[in-house]
Amino acid sequence: MTTTLTERAMPLPAATTTPTTSSFWRQAVVLARRSLIKTWRTPEALIDVTLQPIIFLALFTYVFGGAIAGGSQEDYLQFLLPGLLGQTIAMASVSLGQNLNADIEKGVFDRFRSLPIARSAPLVGAVMADLVRYLILFTVMVGVGMLMGFDPASWTGVLGALVLAMGFALCFGWISVYIGMIVRTPGAVQGIMFLLIFPLAFGSNVFVSTETMPGWLQAFVTVNPISHLVSAVRGMMLGGPVGNNVVWTLAWMAGLLAVFLPLAVRAYRKRA
Amino acid sequence: MTMAIEAEGLTKRFGTTQALAGVDLHAREGTVLGVLGPNGAGKTTAVRVLATLVQPDSGSARIAGRDVLADPAAVRSLIGLTGQYASVDEDLTGTQNLLLIGQLLGLRTREARARAVELLEWFDLTEAAARTAKTYSGGMRRRLDLAASLVGRPSVIFLDEPTTGLDPAKREEMWDVVRRVVADGATVLLTTQYLEEADALADDITVIDRGRVIAHDTPDGLKHHVGGQRLRVRPVDPARAGDVARLLTELTGGAPAVSDRGDLTCRVADDALLPELTTRLQRAGVPVSELSLHLPSLDEVFLTLTGRPTDEIPLEAA
Ligand SMILES: Nc1ncnc2c1ncn2[C@@H]1O[C@H](COP(=O)(O)OP(=O)(O)O)[C@@H](O)[C@H]1O
Ligand SMILES: [Mg+2]
Repeated sequence: MTTTLTERAMPLPAATTTPTTSSFWRQAVVLARRSLIKTWRTPEALIDVTLQPIIFLALFTYVFGGAIAGGSQEDYLQFLLPGLLGQTIAMASVSLGQNLNADIEKGVFDRFRSLPIARSAPLVGAVMADLVRYLILFTVMVGVGMLMGFDPASWTGVLGALVLAMGFALCFGWISVYIGMIVRTPGAVQGIMFLLIFPLAFGSNVFVSTETMPGWLQAFVTVNPISHLVSAVRGMMLGGPVGNNVVWTLAWMAGLLAVFLPLAVRAYRKRA
Repeated sequence: MTMAIEAEGLTKRFGTTQALAGVDLHAREGTVLGVLGPNGAGKTTAVRVLATLVQPDSGSARIAGRDVLADPAAVRSLIGLTGQYASVDEDLTGTQNLLLIGQLLGLRTREARARAVELLEWFDLTEAAARTAKTYSGGMRRRLDLAASLVGRPSVIFLDEPTTGLDPAKREEMWDVVRRVVADGATVLLTTQYLEEADALADDITVIDRGRVIAHDTPDGLKHHVGGQRLRVRPVDPARAGDVARLLTELTGGAPAVSDRGDLTCRVADDALLPELTTRLQRAGVPVSELSLHLPSLDEVFLTLTGRPTDEIPLEAA
């Protein structure tokens, strides 16, 4: 290579254009595309939104189904699927913070931070790319669920559930982004996120209805954002009452976004 | 002369570590500033302050007149950063890595692609362009990393230890690349632990140790400062070393050091001694295979500068 470089004596390529100021969203989309290319290259990064929920769905339906929903596995599947969807969205957000943390560790973000781009663009880009994972999750769950006998009441309801679940995922993901910014290793992101997610995922109405629980737990379950999401999604998919669960879910989304987005962006700025 | 890089009194503390304890750095436009120092000297921290990644505790810095603290966005549009650890995205191909930067900088896709092709060609990575960076060798990663920092045609480029960990052949390749970048008109701040490297590439050298500047000079000036010239003589017959030593002692007033290879070296203040020594050697009938007057190597300079407490060093921060 020494010889070619020296012999060629080629000057640095001359400027063809000066970069124009590109908008925040353009930058975020470019960075989202980067995350998607990476996901495409490492398909095992999709296990938590494909194989894992399928296994959960099958296990819970066939192992507990007989015992829980008055003995009918079909009834239990109807009840379980919207619940598992909510739970899996929470669980699948873990990898978002892990990936961002790894990017920082590897110095990839140093380059982004030295470029004249919006500071939060890499974070927003990563969250946007994660949405694709949740879309895959939703499709796989509903698809496999229907093969197993899941019977949604209406496609409008399914679509509504999709929109709400995706919106929730977008907001909930910022917790993971924030944790990804403040801890040292991707492993620690997982540890902390699981501490947070397990009570939310199991202290909820995902697997059984709230009435079967002791009073103190019911109190927790009724404020749990996952419960509200699950109730809303369940209502929409099965055509049952939705009540004020949609409103509560939206309120939680707004709250999560208002708290964790600024926290995450600030932690990202501060992280040296 | 316009200053491309100016920094005064930079300090930065991490917990109990004083990474920077008042560092001044200056680089004229179109020159290479070598920042030389051992591991932990504060080189990376200084670079990160200048590249707007870290806020200093005190002090100020400007890149092409733009203040790093007051106007970081303007600074970012002027600089290119190649960090100490190649920050290429391993899961992306060479082309994708460069495209990403181009698109982030607001180039249209076609322009970004053209720029990527140009740079890959320029850094001899065309053949590897479609492979993920994971498969690249250390040298290829460094080149891709450097290419990524040039996508936006920065006028000030930071290279943090660009050749650490490369074998000598790869190191010289990297030097060629750096020289090309400089020939193109950019100002380069290069950090290194290799004195040879600073000597080979830099117009000026700032030596830092434990967060402090302990010397700032041209490579030659630095060598001059740290103890005059060295006179080296090697007699053809090693048995005549004693005679040569006596001659040298008479001439210079100091006993020479004898190396394993049979060289005799002593410090001299006056290079007029050289012809005198030649005459005396001839008169004494001692044939020599080597007779040279040379500056101390940068390695010797460095040892002198860092081998004792910094406050005893005669050279102060320039
Ligand atoms: N983020 C950090 N947190 C804690 N200590 C740090 C951090 N960055 C650097 N240091 C410490 O500051 C000192 C200078 O580090 P650095 O600038 O990386 O030196 P160099 O690049 O010359 O090897 C070292 O002692 C290093 O351990
Ligand atoms: Mg360093």
